[in-house]
Parts: sequence; structure tokens; C-alpha cells
Amino acid sequence: MGQTIKVEHITPFIDATIKTFALMVYSEAKPGKVGLIASAGARFDVSGIIGLSGKAQGTVALSFPRITALKVCSAFVGARVLALDDIATDAIGELANIIAGAAKGELSRYQIQISLPTVILGDDHELAGPKHIVPMVVPFQCAQGNFNLVVRFKSES
Amino acid sequence: MKILLVDDSNTMRRIEKNTLEKMGYTDIQEAVDGADAISKLTAGGFELVLMDWNMPNMTGIEALKVIKANPATKGVPVIMVTSESEKTRIMEAIQAGAANYVVKPFQAETLQEKISAVTKKAA
Repeated sequence: MGQTIKVEHITPFIDATIKTFALMVYSEAKPGKVGLIASAGARFDVSGIIGLSGKAQGTVALSFPRITALKVCSAFVGARVLALDDIATDAIGELANIIAGAAKGELSRYQIQISLPTVILGDDHELAGPKHIVPMVVPFQCAQGNFNLVVRFKSES
Repeated sequence: MKILLVDDSNTMRRIEKNTLEKMGYTDIQEAVDGADAISKLTAGGFELVLMDWNMPNMTGIEALKVIKANPATKGVPVIMVTSESEKTRIMEAIQAGAANYVVKPFQAETLQEKISAVTKKAA
């Protein structure tokens, strides 16, 4: 069994997601119960992923169903986004970047550096990662639909 | 006023451009990283730069230091617009010569206020 995340480590990412959606997507993102695996039946077609390094390692990812992603991108960009094209993938990557950046400000003792965003496109895909870092999944609801925040976080202390 | 937006994210450049246009600014150019920004600034004529931090090729802080070390560009105010939210990062940017600092996520009004403060000071 890998290392699980402490509440103090996941909370900044949840708070950053709520704040980012409120300020830049103009949508109230409501977190559900934090869990170890995605809820049964959840389907995700696009994910924005940021790598974390420094005195803590891991990843933070936002995973969306296609329709939700398009609606979120449209609200964020300020124009209708109709396909998972370059505009949509850039927007999803930037949302993940903003959330990771805001969260690391609350975790400054770990001197975290964040990577440039990577965006995964694929119908009903799953995100895999190192087995020694257990992913924590936070299901969110917002006006545009449901999405998942997936955080893998392993600190040195 | 000629303004340069520097961000590797097309989305962020679009959001910032919309904000500036609502403020009445129309002479807006874009750069995709620090190196691109240096190249465009060297050509001259810019009066304000909005600069991201984390970008490929040359980061925003690296570009800021180059801009402030060049007599031809050091007078151009640079506002950092970035997800780097730690106080140490903000201090690093201010010490390197940033005129102001906006942390993502931001409200459009916040960006407008920071731009207005810098442009009034520069006038």
C-alpha cells in the first residue's frame, strides 16, 4: 500500500479549485467526498495534469467528461468552445496550472515546483501513476457538470 | 499605449486581451514565451508588459531580468501575471524590477486595478 495524502495536503488543492472556478469560470464548484478511487460509472474524456516536484512529489489532475469540458472551457475563455481542439486543451491545461499554482502557495514549506501542463485526450480514459503514491479523488459538481480533481502527493516529511 | 502580453497559454492571452480591450486599449501584441517577448520588446515602442512566470524556452522571471538589464527596455513597466503565489516568488519579482504582481486566479477587476495603478504611475 502506498502513502496516502494527509488532509492538510489535499485541502489546498480543493480550495484552489473552488476559488479558480469562482473567479475565472464564474461557476460554483462544490466538492464531494474525498475518496481513493473514482466513483463507479464516472467517465472522463479529457484531463489536464501538472507535475509537482521539490520537497514533495506527485501530480494534480483535473478530469472532465467531454461535454463538461466544453462548457467549462467556454465559460473560462469567454467564447463558445465546440470541440476538444487546441483552444480547449490549452484552457484545460491552464486551469490545472492555476489550481496547482494556487495550492502550492499554501504548501510553501515543501518548496514545490510545478511543471508545464500536459493534457490527455481519450474517450473514457484512466490516469495511472506510481503505485507508491495513492491518488486521492475529489468529485466536484458545478453548473457545467461533474468533474474530478485527482491529487497524488508524497512529502519528504 | 502599446502593450505586450506574454504567456504560453493562448487562453490566458485571450482573457488578458479581453480585459485590456474593455479598458480601451487596442494596440496589443502577444508573445508566447520570454525569448519571444525579448525579441519583440527590443524592436521598441512598448509601454507596458504583462508577463507570465512559467513558460518554456525562457521563463518570465528570466525575461524580466533581461528586460531590466537592457537600457533600451528597462523603463518599460512589467506586471507579472502568474500562478506563482508564494511570497518569496513575489519578492523575487519585485526585487528584479516588476512594477506589480497579479496572482492567478484573479478577477478581471483586480487585473484592471493593477494595470491602472501602473499606467498612472508611469504617466
